[in-house]
Amino acid sequence: MTGLSDVGYSTEAIAAGEAVEAVVVRFAGDSGDGMQLTGSQFTRATALAGNDLATLPSFPAEIRAPAGTTFGVSSFQIQFGARSVATPGDAPDVLVAMNPAALRVHLPDVVVAGTLVINSSAFTDRNLAKAGYEVSPLDDGSLDNYQVVAVDIAQRTVEAVKEFGLGHGDARRCKNLWALGLMYWLYGRDPGATLEWIARKFAHREDLAAANRAALLAGHAYGETAELGPALPRTHVPPAERAPGRYRTVTGADGLTWGLLAGAGKAELPMVFASYPITPASGLLHTLAGLREPGLTTLQAEDEIAAACAAIGASFSGSLGVTASSGPGVALKGEALGLAVSAELPLVVVNCQRGGPSTGLPTKTEQADLYQALYGRNGDAPLCVLAPASAADCFSMAIEAVRLAVGYMTPVLLLADGYLVNAAEPWQIPELSDWEDFPVRFHTDPDGFHPFLREAATGARPWVKPGTAGLEHRIGGLEKDFDSGHISYEPGNHQRMTDVRAQKIRGMADAIPEQDVAVGGLSGDLAVVSWGSTYGAVNQAVRRSRMKGREVAHIHLRYLNPLPRNLGPLLRGYDRLLVPELNNGQLVNVLRASFGVHAEGLSQVTGEPFRIAHLEHAFKEILEA
Amino acid sequence: MTAATASPKPVDFASDQQIRWCPGCGDYAILKGIQKTLAGLGVPQENLVFVSGIGCSSRLPYYLETYGFHTIHGRAPAVATGVKLGNPALDVWVITGDGDGLSIGGNHLMHVLRRNLDMQILLFNNEIYGLTKGQLSPTSKPGTRSPTSPRGAVDTPVMPARFALGAGARFVARAVDTDPKALGVVLERAHEHRGASLVEIYQNCIVYNDQAFAAITQRGRAADNTIRLRHGEPMRFGANGDRGLVLDPASCALRVVDVGGENGVPESELLVHDERNAALAGLLASMQPPDLPVALGVLYCDPEDQSGTDTERSPVQLAAVDRLLNEGHVWRVAG
Repeated sequence: MTGLSDVGYSTEAIAAGEAVEAVVVRFAGDSGDGMQLTGSQFTRATALAGNDLATLPSFPAEIRAPAGTTFGVSSFQIQFGARSVATPGDAPDVLVAMNPAALRVHLPDVVVAGTLVINSSAFTDRNLAKAGYEVSPLDDGSLDNYQVVAVDIAQRTVEAVKEFGLGHGDARRCKNLWALGLMYWLYGRDPGATLEWIARKFAHREDLAAANRAALLAGHAYGETAELGPALPRTHVPPAERAPGRYRTVTGADGLTWGLLAGAGKAELPMVFASYPITPASGLLHTLAGLREPGLTTLQAEDEIAAACAAIGASFSGSLGVTASSGPGVALKGEALGLAVSAELPLVVVNCQRGGPSTGLPTKTEQADLYQALYGRNGDAPLCVLAPASAADCFSMAIEAVRLAVGYMTPVLLLADGYLVNAAEPWQIPELSDWEDFPVRFHTDPDGFHPFLREAATGARPWVKPGTAGLEHRIGGLEKDFDSGHISYEPGNHQRMTDVRAQKIRGMADAIPEQDVAVGGLSGDLAVVSWGSTYGAVNQAVRRSRMKGREVAHIHLRYLNPLPRNLGPLLRGYDRLLVPELNNGQLVNVLRASFGVHAEGLSQVTGEPFRIAHLEHAFKEILEA
Repeated sequence: MTAATASPKPVDFASDQQIRWCPGCGDYAILKGIQKTLAGLGVPQENLVFVSGIGCSSRLPYYLETYGFHTIHGRAPAVATGVKLGNPALDVWVITGDGDGLSIGGNHLMHVLRRNLDMQILLFNNEIYGLTKGQLSPTSKPGTRSPTSPRGAVDTPVMPARFALGAGARFVARAVDTDPKALGVVLERAHEHRGASLVEIYQNCIVYNDQAFAAITQRGRAADNTIRLRHGEPMRFGANGDRGLVLDPASCALRVVDVGGENGVPESELLVHDERNAALAGLLASMQPPDLPVALGVLYCDPEDQSGTDTERSPVQLAAVDRLLNEGHVWRVAG
């Protein structure tokens, strides 16, 4: 293993560089250029350096789109800072462009006078033509307003790895690590963790391990020796202040899987996770399938419907049934969710939302399944809906989903999204004892039993584990009699059961926290009401507006059904309400309908997260209107 | 309600619910056959779970004093998969029909069979939709006239036993509602088999498809149109056992021959049933009158490749979750 001194890493050298509060870097290249990998390695090194950070991976739905095309460009953006970082950043300060298409697609986002690190080896006539350039932007002066560092990265990589005898293709494929090495130099990152990763990843291919290591170090050494001067000044982003403790990075997918397991542990239940591959939810099944925990069973079901049904069957048998999908898959699960509502079984359903309708934008984020979550079933079929605010919050809300599902014998829908599940942030590893245990006590007493008896406080019916003698019973999707649990089509009974099911979910408001105000006072000119993954951007935009003297408050909802019991009065305390959402206006209508308040919507459906500046501008407009 | 006793009786497995099938429906006989079989299995009553989809047959769990789950159309195999994965100690049975199991739920039936979790799948085949009032089903014979096929069905019917073999089922058997004794034997064998067992039960719908199976159930016709398979025995059938099956090596097809007598072949030349022979099972599953008799009994049973556990699962351990959170790239911020 290479020591730090071997690669010229020294903190003194960095300290000499320019110190800045926060930086936004975007890596962009072909789908096959390894940009996601480069980004995640850079993220890890940045987290280890003590910065706060947020990431935004963005990739095409195609696995390997034709090389060199603009639609085949894959990118990874990270913002890291010495202060709290809430979003991946509005605009990159530094763009690493591995080919002309990547430059063409991402240049418009780069800040004025920003830095472009360009792999000039890829700027061939053929690649330029594919990207739609008639003249190379490196030659025509069109980049004069930027700091341009054009390096023949691919060629330098081939030279650096020459001694390991790789074919030309394999040699060139190491170029992302060369670029990563240069960026490590630029920000004074310790490449140790990536060198360890290379050793593990290529444990059985010594030549590839050596080549990737050499490429990384060559990129680093290039920064050290090339005297890039003012175009690429070495930058120091001091560590963010943090509470003492143990930290790791967490993505929303990590948070959800670990939180679901923790929830099952808190409930003292085995867990059955049944899912069907779908972007961007597949990661949950990948992670869980790789674990060796005896209490966990995973199933790659034959389809979305089967996944939901298997989870329901598991819950009927006395395990915690969980299924995860994205909007199109949740559409298929709809009938099964109705069954779980009718049978009153606990179930957790994770929806990693993506752009819709139909197949829509598989790899892009959106919050447009709120209506589906609230109303997307036949009949009056209310269930509990939660939405985590960040990757770390995914962990908490997954535990919360389990707690509410088993406490109220109801399906709980957890609305994450493509941005959340892929985004990474540093996370202080929590103590599991910070959450209360909620062990499930199965009903075992045959005296006076029927399956739809109800607990007075919650309205929950008893959960009986098959295998319990004397409590044999039948349940199903047909309406049941309130008093006996037997099938009943009696008119008054259906009214009563419909009311009971609705009241049970409404009553869950007693078991969830009151709504707080994230930023600002309990009344004022304007409250911005958000939900889900837009938390970071909205929160920052509100803080910036307040620094400029605007009276804006931020209210962020994590409980969408039932809504917190104090929400109505709270909202009425503000003169105006603005609801920014990555959909065409869904929560805004829910709030209007629920509380009769006048709320205005702010819709964005570009497949991308909100930008802070865009929100801040919208707040200003509404206040000045 | 009675808890499991030393020697339960069939009546112990009857729930207090009033049965809502049409008078004369074949389902009554099957229900009785199931109750009788359950009484003899020695499985604690509370360990039995019956999962069904939607349709007339899928009402059956309501009438059994066991755990039961009447689910949604076609999805019983998927729900049952979850029940068995959630608690492998349970004795899981699926009740489905030809529409439920082969039309809307065909995909799930295919996968539950190839997945081979230990459960019994009873497919009541009446070759018609009953509960929705008489539309043609995927097993309806060509020419079947129904509200949705007024000029007669034109599609090729699915043969459930062949479908099951194609899906990789390791136990496939067939029975008829009118022969409770043979049904009982088949159900016991299905239960004994570790893995997913498919039992196709011909069931007469007295309202919408009465006498659909007359050729194999009517006195005087049944003997020549059915063969009762017995592992290791020559394949003889007919009123006096005067007919038999041979394999025509040239066409790889089964053929009916007369046995004994002046023009008949000797019994030694008849095919001997080998329920472990998958190729033979395929041929047997396809037999239909008038050329060939319908095969009843255990068509195929491959006891190999027994997999899975039958012990209850342990809860997720918080200590294991804590380990997960703390493994990998973790760093410490000093105080």
